Amino acid sequence: MILYVISVGLSVTMGLMGFINLAHGVFAMAGGYIFAAAMARFGAPFAVAVIAAFLGVAAASVVLERLLYSRLYRSGELAQVLFSIGLILVSMASARMIFGDQAARVLLPDYLRGQLHMLGRDFPTYRVVLIGISAVIIVLLWFGVERTRWGAMVRAAVDNRAMAQSVGINTSVLFMGTFALGSGLAGLGGALGADILPVQWGYPFEHLVYFLIVVAIGGLGSLRGPFIAALLIGVADTACKYWIPEFGAFLIYAATIAILLWRPMGLFGVRA
Amino acid sequence: MSGYTSDPRIRWTEWLPWLAAIAFFFAMPEYLSLGARILIYILTVLSLDLILGYAGIITLGHSAFFGLGAYTAGVLSAKYGLTDPFLQLLAAAVAAAALGMATGAVILRTKALTLLMLTLAITSILLEIANKASWLTGGADGLSGVKTDPILGMFKFDIFGRTAFIYCLIALFIGWLVVRRLIYSPFGAMLTGIRENTVRMHAIGAPVYWRLVLVYTMSATMAGVAGALLTQVNQFVGLNVLGLEPSGDLLVMLILGGVGRLYGAFVGPVVYLIAQDYLAKQYPEYWYFGIGVLLIVVVLFARGGVLGLVDKCLQALSRHRNSAKASAR
Repeated sequence: MILYVISVGLSVTMGLMGFINLAHGVFAMAGGYIFAAAMARFGAPFAVAVIAAFLGVAAASVVLERLLYSRLYRSGELAQVLFSIGLILVSMASARMIFGDQAARVLLPDYLRGQLHMLGRDFPTYRVVLIGISAVIIVLLWFGVERTRWGAMVRAAVDNRAMAQSVGINTSVLFMGTFALGSGLAGLGGALGADILPVQWGYPFEHLVYFLIVVAIGGLGSLRGPFIAALLIGVADTACKYWIPEFGAFLIYAATIAILLWRPMGLFGVRA
Repeated sequence: MSGYTSDPRIRWTEWLPWLAAIAFFFAMPEYLSLGARILIYILTVLSLDLILGYAGIITLGHSAFFGLGAYTAGVLSAKYGLTDPFLQLLAAAVAAAALGMATGAVILRTKALTLLMLTLAITSILLEIANKASWLTGGADGLSGVKTDPILGMFKFDIFGRTAFIYCLIALFIGWLVVRRLIYSPFGAMLTGIRENTVRMHAIGAPVYWRLVLVYTMSATMAGVAGALLTQVNQFVGLNVLGLEPSGDLLVMLILGGVGRLYGAFVGPVVYLIAQDYLAKQYPEYWYFGIGVLLIVVVLFARGGVLGLVDKCLQALSRHRNSAKASAR
């Protein structure tokens, strides 16, 4: 589910805006650090820290978008790929300088740590909460993109930017907002997942492959796709590591190749 | 960017890099190991330039071929006692070419993000295999005990890297001749055409797909040979030749030098590896920071890399001169 929250943000920037943003993990990492710092240093309660992570990352991403990203919307894929790799390196180095080599420690509040007794079985409370939050995000996003004026405007601007501008949509501001949303979601994912995917300076590179796989398999520009892909990848990865550990991540990659060859646009992708 | 119409004869300035390499050999004997490494990376980046700079195939998986070549040579030598250097190179070339053709034939039907992901997945799979099949590859400890016979029975790989340097220089020279010939040929022109406007190339009847597969295979072969050279020179293969990170390094080197230029592949690795040698050991954090910033700056402001900047300066200079002449009249 964490994969989903992080990747759905990526799907928003990459799918809706058509920008190949490899640096997405950076925003997730930043979210994780903000979250950890807010909890540990300032003693903020859990919910406040999560919201701080979302807002903080979204705000930071607006600055980056205005300064750097917006120059690259029209340039080729290569430039976007390289630019985001550059951003990853810078952020990794900065994170290491500021926070050191150790993973950021996250202490969950007591009410999220125990076990939850449901349907005759025990579930870790925190994971249940995570699933709940993710579900809320899914519904909100789906509603936002499919049913609101904002969603319609974004979709219009992506399909035909010149046309959208000429009917009076301020695409520049719109893209800025969308980008902030996508990055904010990444930050949120990073914060919520800090307990499961440890936040450290190598984070953007380590998990990059997973985020990309989820988005690529799920298909760009769809919200349902990354959700199902994240479930598939999560379940398959755990199952593989449990049953046939000697293969490791091998099967994930093999499956990715197979799915992409079968459906090059991803499972739920829209033809560009 | 030199295209089909430019003069294919070798200009005198093109001999300068080779003279510089030979001068380096005599002037700085204590840095020859680093020099050999640079030459190997130039060869690899040259092969990447062929597919990325000329054919416009965006890949994050070029390390797959480099690493496969390195491991082929290493495994053959350490486990099967094949120690002839040329046979090792040949085996690495064949293995990389086979992988290049097989994967190229499949993945080159896709483009953009899907292509990127597929190349990344392929090199990640290889990394996973090299990691897990430790009975063959040594796993995470790397493969040591690689032995290589003296070249032609005469030149032993010495501790100062003299033989290695000359050996790599010759390999690079041959690679350079091949690539140079290629990009000035109609085939090279076709690749540039595909990069600039694929639809149009389809329209004028060019076999786009087969051309791409062919150039992908060639590039893979070159990268495989370069990988094998690295193994022979280091007498060791580690996991760091496979996966996302070495691919990223190769890309960065190419971008720094200048994409889609023959000599971009020469300048990039020299700058990158020398800077790495000096900086990375003392300040690893600053090294990554610097490279990241450099990459962003290059992408935003200096698309042609170092050589692009040089070009622009020269142009500005000649324009300045012309206008000076004009005003003098």
